[in-house]
Formats: sequence, structure tokens, C-alpha cells
Amino acid sequence: MKPAAPMKFVSSNRRVREDRRFVAGQGRYVADVVLEGLLHVAVLPSPHPAARIVSIDAAEAMKMPGVHYVLTGEELAKATDPLMNGLDTPNVRRYPLAVGQVRYAGEWVVAVVAESRAQAEDAAEKVRIVYEQLPYVVDSEEAFDSTSPPVHAAHGSNLLLDKTFVWGEVEKHFAESQRHLSFRVVWGRNSTVPIETFGVAAKWDPWREMLDVWASIQMPKYPDQIARALRIPLNNVRVHFDVDVGGSYGVKRGIKQSVLVSHLARVLGRPVRLIEDRLDNMRAGDAHGPDRIFDVEIAFNDDGIVNSMKMRALDNVGAYAGRSPFQLGKPIGAIVGPYKIKSVQYRAIAVTSNKAAQEAVRGFGQAPTNYAIETAIDKVANTLGLDRIEVRRRNFIRSDEFPYLIPSGTHYDSGDYHTVVAKVLAHANYEGLIRERDALRAAGQCAGIGIAACLEPSGGNSAFEPLLNEKNTTTTWMDSCRIVVDGLGSVTATIHTTSSGQGHETLAATVIGEVLEIDPDLIRIVRPDSLNSLPSNTPVGSRMAIMLGGAAFHAAQKLKAKIVRLAAHQFGCAEKDVVYGGGTVSHAASDRKFAWAEHVNIAHRNFHLLPEGMEPGLETTHVMQVPTGTKLPENGRVQMYPCHSFEFHLVLIAFDPVIGKPEIRRYVIGHDCGTVINPRIVKGMTLGGIAHGIGASLLEEFVYDSEGQMLTQSFMDYLLPSSHEVPKVEIVHHCTPSPFTVFGQKGSGESGYLGAPAAISSAINDAVAPIGISFSKLPIRIAAISDAIAAAGELQTKVKA
Amino acid sequence: MKVTLKVNGRLRTADVEPRKTLLDTLREDFLLTGSHAGCEHGVCGACTVLIDGEPSRACLMFAVQADGYEITTIEGLAPAPGELNVVQDAFCETHGLQCGYCTPGMILSAHALLEHNDAPTRKDIVEAISGNICRCTGYGQIVEAVELAAERLRQTNVPRHVDGTRPNESLGDSTTTDAPKAAHTPHGARR
Repeated sequence: MKPAAPMKFVSSNRRVREDRRFVAGQGRYVADVVLEGLLHVAVLPSPHPAARIVSIDAAEAMKMPGVHYVLTGEELAKATDPLMNGLDTPNVRRYPLAVGQVRYAGEWVVAVVAESRAQAEDAAEKVRIVYEQLPYVVDSEEAFDSTSPPVHAAHGSNLLLDKTFVWGEVEKHFAESQRHLSFRVVWGRNSTVPIETFGVAAKWDPWREMLDVWASIQMPKYPDQIARALRIPLNNVRVHFDVDVGGSYGVKRGIKQSVLVSHLARVLGRPVRLIEDRLDNMRAGDAHGPDRIFDVEIAFNDDGIVNSMKMRALDNVGAYAGRSPFQLGKPIGAIVGPYKIKSVQYRAIAVTSNKAAQEAVRGFGQAPTNYAIETAIDKVANTLGLDRIEVRRRNFIRSDEFPYLIPSGTHYDSGDYHTVVAKVLAHANYEGLIRERDALRAAGQCAGIGIAACLEPSGGNSAFEPLLNEKNTTTTWMDSCRIVVDGLGSVTATIHTTSSGQGHETLAATVIGEVLEIDPDLIRIVRPDSLNSLPSNTPVGSRMAIMLGGAAFHAAQKLKAKIVRLAAHQFGCAEKDVVYGGGTVSHAASDRKFAWAEHVNIAHRNFHLLPEGMEPGLETTHVMQVPTGTKLPENGRVQMYPCHSFEFHLVLIAFDPVIGKPEIRRYVIGHDCGTVINPRIVKGMTLGGIAHGIGASLLEEFVYDSEGQMLTQSFMDYLLPSSHEVPKVEIVHHCTPSPFTVFGQKGSGESGYLGAPAAISSAINDAVAPIGISFSKLPIRIAAISDAIAAAGELQTKVKA
Repeated sequence: MKVTLKVNGRLRTADVEPRKTLLDTLREDFLLTGSHAGCEHGVCGACTVLIDGEPSRACLMFAVQADGYEITTIEGLAPAPGELNVVQDAFCETHGLQCGYCTPGMILSAHALLEHNDAPTRKDIVEAISGNICRCTGYGQIVEAVELAAERLRQTNVPRHVDGTRPNESLGDSTTTDAPKAAHTPHGARR
């Protein structure tokens, strides 16, 4: 499948075509969509973490200026079906508004529709709701306790999932190993928090029976879920994919918002829009990420070889299930990281609690799992007094061992971890970095080196769905591309989803240009609406370089094949006797050539010149299935994603022991995502992912107090990294092509983020190791560092006294 | 109440509630949707516009307060339709953006910096954009964009030779601009 000739556009340092409209302020986000007669929604949040709704009195609100409607959950639930659950948990019912009972503080109880958002907010204040408070639970272990008050009484408990997998001879390997260690680490609840909140506008046309939807969405099967909830045929729903999405990184999946607004548009016969304000978004956009406790046991030898691992992951998914428990399943595809761990026992537990609902976050649970695995490797090295990088090297899968089958059933495609590490150490001057750390320590600073090696599974299939839910038999996870050459010879290609900054238009144009050997800048890329689209599963699971790139490649190959056949017919020769080059087909034997314009003319206008059976026009489509991963799970094992990018982080952090504010003095990452299609895009993904990881490890957390109230509701207390917190990052490239993709490309949409939290935790723990303390919960905030150091100092003083 | 604002050099009138923010007025009344709402409490900077040349939060200002000031939005930066200014083009060159949502505010902050200082240090740039949160890029390629724009602006201000050439004709390529070009700098080019 790999092109023999060197590539002209793929991997070349070209501009990203989407950027032009954005730098001019000409993006078209959902809040920019102008609809005649638009009405606006404001929502009223619950003040309680758990309460029965006794009564709702909207009479006064309805009298307010500009108000059209006040919708309650009860009314909505009569007209719509519950939103989709990933697991087989039918009694965990979720509607866009609370029905009968509220289950977390901030949950939306009523929606007010008015001529302006301000009027809707004014009126929402006039809605009178009487609540009767109920017992609640926010702590994960308490929620796991069977005596805790169930968030969904009909479900009977807070347990959504408790599944133990044993891959390989775990007990034997534990018994045979010379050493064991165990520990707990906690991944605090954070999210990707895009700067654009979620927004959706919908319009219902009763005469055409058509629901038009514009949304800030990144979600597979979004139109399907709207149609199911509204109980209308899917071809009555038209989602417009030509809406720019202001950041997502997984979370822009506002299905509850979309069903709410779509229902209102139908009821009111006017276009309706809900744009979350920041408070709506933080508290109840239902877009928080994993909230996870890991208990890990490791069995290893005196030489640092890790033989086996037992991991218990307890995730607090919040008040509703949705798809979020699957975030415990995706990491199964890289459960041993880049290491040759022979066997694994993995217990995945998901519990409900009275916190906001979770959504998919960049990496879909992989970053927390990598944090747990990398903490384990650091602890093995420290226990044995070995160098942490040396222990990693001893456990790494070697480059000649691919494709490598891990105990949980996935083949890793390719990699060269030892070389990437060697390149990073040489680039960073590891010995020099250690000397720098030690000099900082000698000068009274806390200083530490952080290390993390991890994989980015990419190519996104959904194999974790049937693995965790036997009723789900989905193995198809396709993406598509259509290429049309018009009657004047211009090329237009389609992609069938929204994008949120990943540069998919650039990707598709580059790949098609490469195959057809024409300038990508001359290719137009369009996004038809959902009714005009081929199947897409949207940019999830770090899949678009592989899947959209693959579909575009194959569609272009089909087009080229058609042109070759058409030209060979004109020459009266076999297809193998002609050569395609730069849009022209040549026949050496007769010294004849057919240029692009001539193929176009014949295809569009000269039916009499077409080979027998060839359809007129120049148009091809390709619907591509994810490479590998075509089977249902067997015995708890499954081939998850096809490709595995590798990253190796090396970080130097220093801080004053009294102040505790970490300064990242050096950040080097070695990155291998196979063949890079656009270097600028991949660089941006990696740098952005690291910044996101810095946030997750040092700053960001949705904190709930013991009363069930969320404390970090604004950007004043939920802190996003600014340019001051993110250092200059040095990237060391390496390329190990994947054997499973058209150009050898792998995914990079989650790069940086998957290892940065582990690396930063590693650095801070190295920095405080001389004091004899450690941190086992992310984020490690400034106050936690200085408090822990102060407490350790007090303890020492006491001991001395 | 009626308010007349000078936006991108033109006087625009709207009838707004006194409580309406400048941001909402720009977006809804003047359809200048390049300014974005991110947090609406003055932290993220997505709504940044220039008020008399200084970056300001359009979400924290009422439209009626903006009367009498020169307001510049992202729509006022491009010299002509389809034509980018130096800062915008530099962001395209380094890919200093992804989703584009923070980009208008980011570019206006960078533009304001470069109006005062066409030789900013990395520290100056980091400080100037620190009020604009970007969730996509990790800021690396944004800093590169501002450095590139600064370099190009410095070159633009270098006097031409009589034959029309400038000391460094090859714009944008830092490897060539850093190369010594002693023969071409007799006119006191700024370093």
C-alpha cells in the first residue's frame, strides 16, 4: 500500500488551510449562526446535590417580558426517550432536565425560553421550585459501599460496572517474583474545558418535517441519538457539519442540550438556541472527565523486570452514566504501556455519585491509566535503587518484537522505544540535567527530574463497548471520503463530520493531492450536512489521520484507477501499459499522452468514448473500516486500536520549598507517531497536549465539598494554564511507520497529554524525595506542595526535640 | 438607549439596554462575530478588543461605556477582504492556532504589543498574551508567530535601497534573516 516514490505533500511543512478564516475572525461557530426569529434558552440549576422535586411554579416567570415557554423535566420526559447509556443499565435514566428528582448540585431543572438570553435568565429567577432534600454521596469509596444512598433508586445501588479481567498467569507470576509493591494514586476530576462552551441551535419545519441542527459538536452518531430521543426518523434530522467547533478534545457531546433545544424548537415552531454560559458549562454541561482511584500491585525481580500487575480502577462517573464508564475500557488496549509485563489482573469499577456527569475526555481514560503505570515503574526503580530510565529500558518491548501481542489481546503495531529514549537523552544531555538538578538542590531548592514513557493508542474502534457490554455487538467503526472532479476539472472532496481545530480539511487535501499528484491547495474540501453524508465516526480515539486520511487515500486511488482505465481505453492498450503522473496518463509505446482536461471532458461529455460499463462523471467514494480490530471480544480479550504512537517525556522541575510553586525548567518530549502528514498540526497537538497535561497535574480540578457543592465553578478557581505556566517544549522526532496504515501514519491527537501528567508527578516526587514525602493525587497544587513540605519539617523538628 | 460607537474606524449606532455588554453589542447589533464569549468573567480573553489601542475585555464593559473610544475588533485588522495583516499571516505561517476560538483575541493582544515594541523578548511576548487562554496550542506556536511577526515588522521598517531592494528580501525564513548580510545594511538597519 505504501507509495514507492518519495512523497511530495505528505510530511512536507505546509500551511494549515483552516487557519486563514480563523485569524480573520471569520470562523463560523454555533453562536455565529443567524436564524430568523431565534429564541433563547436559559436553564435553572438545582441548588441541592439530591432532592425530590415537590413542585414547580412557573406562573410568575411566564409573565416576565419576552418569555415564551417554561419547560419542566416531567413534560420533556413524556415527549422524549431517555438519552443513551453505554452500559446495560436501563434504570439509570437520563433526561435533559431533572425528572422528579435532582441528582447533583447544578443539574438543570427547568428551561426558560425568551426573546433574548437576558430575558430568559431574568424569568428563570422567578421560577419557584420546592425541594425535599434527600441523602447524597460524593466520595468514590463511599459510593462503592453498598449501603450508600443510590443515586438512581430504580437501579438499586451506585454500582454501574464491576468487572475483573485476568489476562495471563497473574498469581503464578506474583508467586515467582522476588519482590512486590503496592500503592494507591488518585486522578482528580478535571476536563478539557474548551474556551467555547457547548452550544446548539435547532429549527423545526413542520411542513417539510425537518429538524435542522447547528451545534458545537464532536460526537459519533449524534444525529442518530437526537432522532432516537425525539422518536423521529433519522432522515428527519439534518445536522449541519459546516459549523466550526471552538475546541473539544473529546467533550463536546452535548446530547442533553441538543435534545432539549430540538424539543423546544418543535413545540414552539421557532428556532431555539442554547449557548451555555461558563457557569452552566462548568457545573452542569456534563463534560467532566475521569475521577479515578487506582490501587496497583506490582510483581518484579531484583533486576527491575516487571512480571505482573494487578490494577483496581474505581471511577466516580457522577450522576448519570452515558458513555463515560467506557473510559475504563479503552486503556485495556494499552494496559501494559510500552512494557513487556507478562500478565495483568484488571478490575474496572464505575460508580454513580451526586456529582455532575462525565463525558469523554482526550485519551478516553488513557492518561490516568498511564499515570498509574508510570508511577509503578518509578516506584520499582526507587525500591531497587536503580535509574528510572534504565528500569524502563529493561522492560520496554524491543523494536524487533512487533507486532507485539499484549496480555489483554491487542497487537501493538510498531515502535522503537529504545531509540526514542536514546535520542531524547542525547538531545537533553541527561547527565547534565542530573547535575543541574543536584546543583539546584545544593542551592536549597527542591528539584526533580520527571520521566514518563507511554503509548497513544490510535485509530479509534469501539472494541471496549462489546468488551464491557455484551449486548453491544458493534465492530464497525468506519470513516469515509467522496471525491468529485467537476465538469471543468476542479477537485472537491467531502468530509462528514465537524472539526474542532484538528485540521481535517488540510489532512484530506494533502492526502488526495499526494495520490493524484496535484497541488492540494487547488482541492476544495466541503462538509455536507448529515443527510448528504457518508458514514463517519467523528474525530474520536485519535483516529482521523488514520481513518479520514485512509478513506481519502483509497477514494483517490479509486479515482486514479478510473482515469487510468479511461485513458488506456483511448490508447487501445492495457491499463498496465500506461503511466499516471501529475494528472496526465502516458502511453510510452505510442508516445501519446492524455492530460487531466481530456479525462474530464471524456468522463463528463463523451459517453461514446467511455469504456464499456464505466459510469459517466468522475466521482469516487470510499468507506473505510478501522484496520485490524474486526472481531468481537473472546474470553475478555480483544484487539483494540490498530496503531500505537510512543512518547517519552523528560522534565526538570524546581521550586522553593516554602512557596512550593513548581517551575518547569526544561521539558523535552520524544515523539513517534509514524509518518507525519502535516508537521505543523502534529507539533501543535503535542504542545497543546502537554499544556493540557500541565493543567491536569498542577492546576485543574472540579472540587466538590462535603455538602455536594462544586467549589471550582469559574476560571478564577478552576485554573487553566496560561502562557506563564507552559514552558518552551523541545520535541525530538522519530518515525516508526505503522504497517497497518496507508502512509505509515499513526494518531497524534492525544499526544503529550497522555504522558505529561505522569512526567510532572514524577518530577515533583523526585524533588521531594529527599524530604521523605511523596504526592499520590493529581493535581498537585502549589498549596499542597508547600503544606506537605512544612508538615514534614514540623515532624522532623518534633522528632529531633 | 441609543449608543454610537466608533468601530474599526466607522461610526455605528445601536439601540441597546444599558446592561448590554460591549461584546454582545458587537456580536448581535453590529454582527461582528469575530469577538467571542469564553468565560464572560474577564479571565479567558476570547472577547479581547482594542480600546484606543489597548487590549480590553469586551465582556466586562458595557456598550454605553465604550462611547467616545476607538474600538478595534479582529474584523478591523485585515487590510482588505481576503488579505491578511502581518500578525495574522504570521499566525498562519507557524500554525499558531487550532480551533480558532481564542485566536482573534490572541492576535489583537499580539498586535497591540507589536504596535509598541517590534523587538519583543520571549518574556515580553509571554506577558502580552498571558491574558488570553488558549486551550489548543500550548502557546508554543503562538509565541513563534509573534516572534515572526515582529521580525517581519522590523524588516518592513528597514529603509529600501535606491534599487528598491531591502536588506533581507526573503521574509519569514528565520534561517535566512539571521544570516549576516553586511553588504546590505549600510542604511542603519535596526537590530
